[in-house]
Amino acid sequence: MAAPLTGVLRQSGSLFALALDVFRALPKRPFQVKEFIQQAWFIASVTILPTALVSIPFGAVIALQLGTLTRQLGAQSYTGAASVLAVLREASPIVTALLIAGAGGSAICADLGSRKIREEIDAMEVLGISPIQRLVVPRVLASMLVAVLLNGLVSVVGVVGGYVFNVIVQGGTPGAYIASFTALAQLPDLWTAEIKALIFGAIAAVVAAFKGLGAGGGPKGVGDAVNQSVVITFMLLFVVNFVITAVYFQVVPQKI
Amino acid sequence: MGVEIAVTGLTKTFGSQTIWRDVTLTLPAGEISVMLGPSGTGKSVFLKTLVGLLKPDAGSIVINGRDLTRLREADLYEVRKLFGVLFQDGALFGSMTLYDNVAFPLREHTKKTEAEIRRIVTEKMELVGLSGAEGKLPGEISGGMRKRAGLARALVLDPEILLIDEPDSGLDPVRTSYINQLFVDLNAQIDATFLIVTHDINTARTVPDNIGLLYHKHLAMFGPREMLLSSEEPVVRQFLNAQTIGPIGMSEEKDADELAAESGQELPPLPPIALQLATSDGQPRRAERPAGAWCRDNGVTPPPGSFESRNAGIPGVRVEVG
Repeated sequence: MAAPLTGVLRQSGSLFALALDVFRALPKRPFQVKEFIQQAWFIASVTILPTALVSIPFGAVIALQLGTLTRQLGAQSYTGAASVLAVLREASPIVTALLIAGAGGSAICADLGSRKIREEIDAMEVLGISPIQRLVVPRVLASMLVAVLLNGLVSVVGVVGGYVFNVIVQGGTPGAYIASFTALAQLPDLWTAEIKALIFGAIAAVVAAFKGLGAGGGPKGVGDAVNQSVVITFMLLFVVNFVITAVYFQVVPQKI
Repeated sequence: MGVEIAVTGLTKTFGSQTIWRDVTLTLPAGEISVMLGPSGTGKSVFLKTLVGLLKPDAGSIVINGRDLTRLREADLYEVRKLFGVLFQDGALFGSMTLYDNVAFPLREHTKKTEAEIRRIVTEKMELVGLSGAEGKLPGEISGGMRKRAGLARALVLDPEILLIDEPDSGLDPVRTSYINQLFVDLNAQIDATFLIVTHDINTARTVPDNIGLLYHKHLAMFGPREMLLSSEEPVVRQFLNAQTIGPIGMSEEKDADELAAESGQELPPLPPIALQLATSDGQPRRAERPAGAWCRDNGVTPPPGSFESRNAGIPGVRVEVG
């Protein structure tokens, strides 16, 4: 019993140590601009299309649920308001989290893991270059940037998807949908969602880097590392999402 | 000019498993040393500990008066600039061409212009015989070429210490001989301290000035080449002559019954000690000692036929030196 417990504690400790190292390496020069741009482009290229494709049905499902619910409650005029609120506050950070962890994080982990088992990381350290500063920091920043942008994309695509589904498929009134847009949602909702995405991006990249740099035991080790990194990131992101939401309701006054 | 590495009481464990305990040795400045050992005795772990990639549980590694095991991360990166390390598969950066790989340390650590970098990289690529392959990616070339490119990268900052992990793995005997010759010539040119980790006996018998043997979680012996090659110590004798008779078993140590069963068997005589591999242009290396000097100084009679040929003691082959 004691051994697995200390194992978990040691892993968490090392994960936080890495996060701290990354944080401390952030202001160090020279900043790896080229690597940052390449990685941002790479993460964006593996996440944009799946994100868009996931957010359309996600927006549609929310519209479907809310359309039915508001009709049952006799509050059809609030369909738009509720739909925007749901997409903006929860759906878009969650979709962003899924994609940034599933597509972005796994790619980062696989990349670093294969470098680790080819001894490239060791070689880099021996050449006197910190892999944290050289490889991990640009990836974490790139992942954060792309997460923020993805969140914007999901919000737009989700809201448009919800509108199209409600108005065209369910026969709702376009005017009522748009008029109630800002009835419940407010600007702090968007900010909170973007802050969530920023934090999700950082967590996904740090966990992926942690697992990737700790990979061992040949190609199978890299596969295991990717698997674990996705699972751990998912668990962390959902917990963090809950915590931020709870804090949000305490801090930001609600409309009505 | 190479620097000395003084290792004292070094112990390394992974969890409850001891890799080796209380390893004490000094790699003399400018000399070539070989670390031998059966598979899985932690030779590569030893090498990684020497550069500070792995932290030992106890002991010290002193280079230029600084203990590597107690340095802070930032100082460690400084000390590592003394090192060139050739990893098993070359450890080239897969996304860069060979040229960029070799140029990488120069671009990171020096303020040299691209023209200077080009000159140095071209020189090192020529040295390892890779001229013309600059534009290739590591994935497109053979293992031997990757190894040589890794060597060029390790040499580019003029290291004081060169650590080499299994230069012969995945290479045919001829290529292994070529790369061994390259090490000897390099040692003559740059005077760095060399440590080669291997289990190739041919390399161990002919290349180094010193041999060490890691066995059963400790350093069985470390000393001049002639001392180990003329040694009657069972483990050293068994390993350096690649025999089944002796304390080393297939999986680990042999047990008492197995050893008792062997006790009556007569050991084959020690093969002659071959001449050390000389530089290709015949110029002596600074660390080179005359053949048989250690045996004479210590009153040891080398096996008959020693120092007559460059052959590593393979029976039936005798190349006379004219």
